Amino acid sequence: MELADILASLFPGGHEVAVTGNLISGSGIINAIKVHVIGIAGQSPLGCEGALILAGHVLEITRKGSAAPILVLIDSSSQRMSRRDELLGLSECLAHLAKTLLLAGAQGHRTIGLLYGGSAAGAFIATALATGTLVALPGAHPAVMDLPSMARVTKLPIEVLKAKAEKTPVFAPGLENLAQTGAIHAVWNPDQSLAEQFLALLAEQTGGDARDRLGEGRGGRPKAASIAQRVEKEASHA
Amino acid sequence: MTSENSWYEAGARQRVAALLDPGSFAEFIGPEQREISPHLAIFDLPEQFDDGIIVGHGTLEGRRILVAAQEGRFMGGAFGEVHGAKLTGLLRAARTLGEPVLILFDTGGVRLQEANAGELAIAEIMRALVEARMAGVQVVGLIGGRAGCYGGGSLIAGCCSALIVSEQGRISVSGPEVIETNKGIEEFDSRDRALVWRTMGGKHRYLIGGADAFADDDVLAFREAALIVLAGNGRLDADVLEAEQQRLEHRLHRFGKAHDAIDIWTDIGVSEPTEIPGLATDEFLRRTTNKRETANGAR
Repeated sequence: MELADILASLFPGGHEVAVTGNLISGSGIINAIKVHVIGIAGQSPLGCEGALILAGHVLEITRKGSAAPILVLIDSSSQRMSRRDELLGLSECLAHLAKTLLLAGAQGHRTIGLLYGGSAAGAFIATALATGTLVALPGAHPAVMDLPSMARVTKLPIEVLKAKAEKTPVFAPGLENLAQTGAIHAVWNPDQSLAEQFLALLAEQTGGDARDRLGEGRGGRPKAASIAQRVEKEASHA
Repeated sequence: MTSENSWYEAGARQRVAALLDPGSFAEFIGPEQREISPHLAIFDLPEQFDDGIIVGHGTLEGRRILVAAQEGRFMGGAFGEVHGAKLTGLLRAARTLGEPVLILFDTGGVRLQEANAGELAIAEIMRALVEARMAGVQVVGLIGGRAGCYGGGSLIAGCCSALIVSEQGRISVSGPEVIETNKGIEEFDSRDRALVWRTMGGKHRYLIGGADAFADDDVLAFREAALIVLAGNGRLDADVLEAEQQRLEHRLHRFGKAHDAIDIWTDIGVSEPTEIPGLATDEFLRRTTNKRETANGAR
């Protein structure tokens, strides 16, 4: 789905969401509920400047003191890979953006990520994976690393990697694989109103981070939930 | 540059033993429980009984503390499913117990053989870390190991309340080889080790406020630094993030046109900036005191 169609389906009454230099910001109203929107468009990479602009939007929203939901729309590539970004401390800028989203969540804003295109590595962690609930549209194509690069690093032929990917969702790129590990809460139906699907999601209760249990239930991450729980238990009895 | 107590040369267990009060460390889910990665066998790779990270508790000058240490010599200290879940569990416990945490980073980032599980583990760790800090818990990162602190590891480090680095402690999202592979050798020559150290290394991070304390490559120096840093406050709230926003915007404004770390060190007024990489710790600190940018709690 294209960004314009997504916004039209989310906000049938119109919206004030703009894209400036591939960064999304603005707001719209769904059923009398104000929804803030930020995000990345055009499969673009996320560098120091972009991360701080998005973080600035989140801080401005949280400063207002309302509990309005924040929708994070994502179609990015990875973190911007450059000497300059690393020289200036890209890790701090990306972590800062993630922290603003996590703080907003803790302050009562529902933070909902909608992955509608690509995303990878540091950009994925700092945006979509820092929201309280992440949903996706069919055709979204998240990846930690593409298979040709992975073949180079692991020194395995790409055909061998493809054969292994048939047996496990744990390493290969793709929406279905990520969903099985628990990263994706649900995949929305593009043929139905996105506004209604958004409202249904808002009505769901949220608690702590349930992604490890989701991944356990879906079979993509058999051990994460139980290991984390056991460490927690041993620590409190020690 | 390495001493017999070198942090860089030590393994995860040696670092923990030397950092904490003697004999005080007790491990959670120790290697005897053999909780190995369920995924490495797919790649015919050997497992390790602790999956490359040890987590537990101990004392530092008598004060109870939680600790996690990555083993950079196993799979480059990379985050897989079990490895990551151990740190997530430790941070969730820290929030409940209200006890400070030390994370001894030594990692290349996400373990590619279990990339999806590792990437998600990073996100879960960041959330647990931030929630612990919002409850007032300090989480301090120590960086000076062989594998550095790369990829998702550097984003976790960016969520810590304070970072202690040595000269060897490299912090970067994209590693030198990754930048070179994707953008070409003109963008980054990964074989130029001097370029790697001055762009990503501990001295540069300390000078731009990316780290709070600079330690010699020595386990006892890291212990001393940890004691000083732990005397501070680690709470994360809206004011801290507003201050961090200003701090990072200021950095981009001030240094955004710099081509090389030397340009930045010149800008902040360090005398003979080209000598910085070769300076011993005492002289490095003497020349840069009152000149470096500081985070001052804004992280």
